[in-house]
Amino acid sequence: MAAIPLISARNLTKIYAMGGEEVRALDGVSLTISSGDYVAVTGASGSGKSTFMNLLGALDRPTSGHLSVGGEDLSEIEPGNLAGFRNQMVGFVFQQFNLLARTTAVDNVALPLLYAGIDSAERREKAIACLKLLGLGDRLGHHPSQLSGGQQQRVAIARALVNDPSILLADEPTGALDTQTSTEIMAVFDKLNADGITIILVTHEQEVADHARRQLVFRDGRVLEDRS
Amino acid sequence: MNLWASVQVALIALRVNAMRSALAMLGVIIGVASVIVLVSISEGTKAAVEAQISRFGTNLLIVRPGSSIFGGRRGGAGSATPMNDSDALAIRDEISGVSGVSGEVSTGASVIAGNVNWPTRIQGVNAEFFDVRDWILDEGRLFDEDEDSASRRLAVVGQTIVAEVFDGASPVGQTLRVGGVPFEVIGTVEGKGQTSFGSDQDDIVFAPLSTVRSRLGASRTPTVRGAVSTIYVDVGPGERIDNVILDIQDLLRLRRGIEPGADDDFSVASLAEFIRARNETESQLGLLLAVGAAIVLLVGGIGIMNIMLVSVTERTREIGLRLAIGARPGDIRNQFLIESVILCLIGGVIGLGVGISGTLIYAEVGQLEIAVNPLIILLAIGASVLVGIFFGLYPAHRASKLNPIEALRFE
Repeated sequence: MAAIPLISARNLTKIYAMGGEEVRALDGVSLTISSGDYVAVTGASGSGKSTFMNLLGALDRPTSGHLSVGGEDLSEIEPGNLAGFRNQMVGFVFQQFNLLARTTAVDNVALPLLYAGIDSAERREKAIACLKLLGLGDRLGHHPSQLSGGQQQRVAIARALVNDPSILLADEPTGALDTQTSTEIMAVFDKLNADGITIILVTHEQEVADHARRQLVFRDGRVLEDRS
Repeated sequence: MNLWASVQVALIALRVNAMRSALAMLGVIIGVASVIVLVSISEGTKAAVEAQISRFGTNLLIVRPGSSIFGGRRGGAGSATPMNDSDALAIRDEISGVSGVSGEVSTGASVIAGNVNWPTRIQGVNAEFFDVRDWILDEGRLFDEDEDSASRRLAVVGQTIVAEVFDGASPVGQTLRVGGVPFEVIGTVEGKGQTSFGSDQDDIVFAPLSTVRSRLGASRTPTVRGAVSTIYVDVGPGERIDNVILDIQDLLRLRRGIEPGADDDFSVASLAEFIRARNETESQLGLLLAVGAAIVLLVGGIGIMNIMLVSVTERTREIGLRLAIGARPGDIRNQFLIESVILCLIGGVIGLGVGISGTLIYAEVGQLEIAVNPLIILLAIGASVLVGIFFGLYPAHRASKLNPIEALRFE
C-alpha cells in the first residue's frame, strides 16, 4: 500500500533576523512524511530541528517555501485560523510537560476540548477516557505536583491525544525523565504509533531515536541524513 | 470558547492566587465603598436641607425689627420700633413681586374646651397668613380679611390641639376658651410635624391678628399703634427674591425715617436663600469628596492593572501552552479581561457592602435619615466593571499578542 503523504515540505526556509544578522534556521528543506509514520528528528542544537517542529505545529510560519499538512497548505491558512489547525490536527508533547499547576489531571487533559467548543460533560468524559487509556484512571483528580515525572508526561500525552489529532509532535519528551521512565514513555509512543497515529519526535538521545522507523538528522538548517 | 467556560477559567486562576487577588481587590473595595458613603451622605444632607426649606416655605421673607430691641439697650428710644399693620399693608401694596403678606403677633395662653385645659401658643395673623406660611386647611374654613378687621373671636387650630384638647374629634363649631375669652373654632389645618429644633409646629391656635392683640394683649405697645412682632412676606413664583428684599429695605427705611448712610434697624431675612447658600457650600464639598473617591477608585484600577501585568508575565508559559493547544489570541485576551473584570466586580460587590454598612452606621451615629439610593448600586457595579475592562484591556492585549514559541520557552 502506497502511503499517502500526510506532510509534505517543499523548499521550506525559515530566516530569523537576530541583531541585524540573518540566521537561516531552515535552508530549503524538502521532504514528505506519510500517514502512520514514526519519525525521530535529531541534530545538534541550532541545527533547525526545533524550527522544523514549530512549523509543523503551526506555531510559526515559514519565510518561504511550502508546507502542507493533512492536505492543508499552512502558508495559505489565515493567521486567525491557525488556532483551529493546532487544536484539531496536531497534539503537542513538551519536555517540561507544561501542565497547569493546581489544576487536576482531568482538567489539564480537557483543556484543548475547551477551545474546541465542546461542552463540559463531554469534555470530562473524553478526558477521563484518554487518561484511562494511558493508565492513569486512578489519578484523575490529582494535581501535577502530586504526580511523578512519568505520570505528568503521560497526562501531557493524554492532553495531546484528547482531540484525536492526526499527528503527535513531541519535543524532547524524555528529556526531563530518568532512564526507566523514559523507557516507559517510549513504550507509550510505540503503542500509539502501532494504533495508527503519526508521531514525530525531536530528541538528541540515540536510544530514543531508535524507537522510530525513520530518522531525520538536521544540520545547519538542512536534512543531513534521512534513514529508514 | 463560550463565556461561562472563560468565567470558570478566570475563577480558577483567581482562586489559585487567592491572597494576591484579595490584595488587588482592596483598592477597588476602598474606592467603591468611599464613593457610596460620600454620595449617600451628600445626597442625604441635600434631602434634609430641601425638606427644611419646604417646611419654612421656599419664597418666604421674614421682616423683623432690629436686634437692639431684643438684645441690650444699644439704640436710643424708637431705634428698633416694632413693625405695624400699616408696614405690612405698605409692603403688600407698594412692592411688586409680593404675592402675600401677613403680620403676626403671638402669646402663650391656656386654652380650655370642656374640662380639658391645655397651655399652648396663640398666633394672631392676617387672613393671607395661611397661604404665606403654607398651612393647608384640613377641615372647616379659614377666617377672611373682614373678620380680621372686625376682631371676630374665631380660631383655626393645629392637629395637636385637635388631638389633645378635643380628643381627636372634630372641633369645628365648638367653643374654645383662650385665656378666658371664648373663641369659635371654625377650622383645622393639616399637620406640619416638628421643626428641625424639635418643637411641635402643630401645637398652635390661629386667630385674627386684631383679635389676639385687642383681646389677649399680645404685642400691645404704648408707642406704636397696631404693632406686630413679625411680618411674613411671600414672594411670587419666578420673582427675584434679592430684588424684593432690596425694595422692602428701601421702603422700610423711608417709612422708619432712617437717614441715608445709617444702618437698618430691622432685618429682611430669606431663610431659603440662607439654607441654599449653606447647601451650595456643602454640595461643593460633596463634589470634592466624590472626586477624591473617584481618584481612590482610579488608583485601585491601577493596582488591578499592575496585578494583571504580573499575572500575564508569570503565566507566560501557560499562555504559550494554551496557544499551542488551540486557543485563539482572542480567547487569551478574553480570559485575562474576564479575570480583571471579575476581580473588580468582586471588589465592587464587597465595596458595596462595606459602603452601605458605612452609610448606615453614619446615619445611625449622626441621627440622620440617609437612604441608599438603589441607583448607587448600579453605579458601583457599573464603575467596577468599567474599571476592570479599562485597566484589564492592556494586560489582556499584551497576553494575546505573545508569540507561542517564545512564550513556551519563557523561564
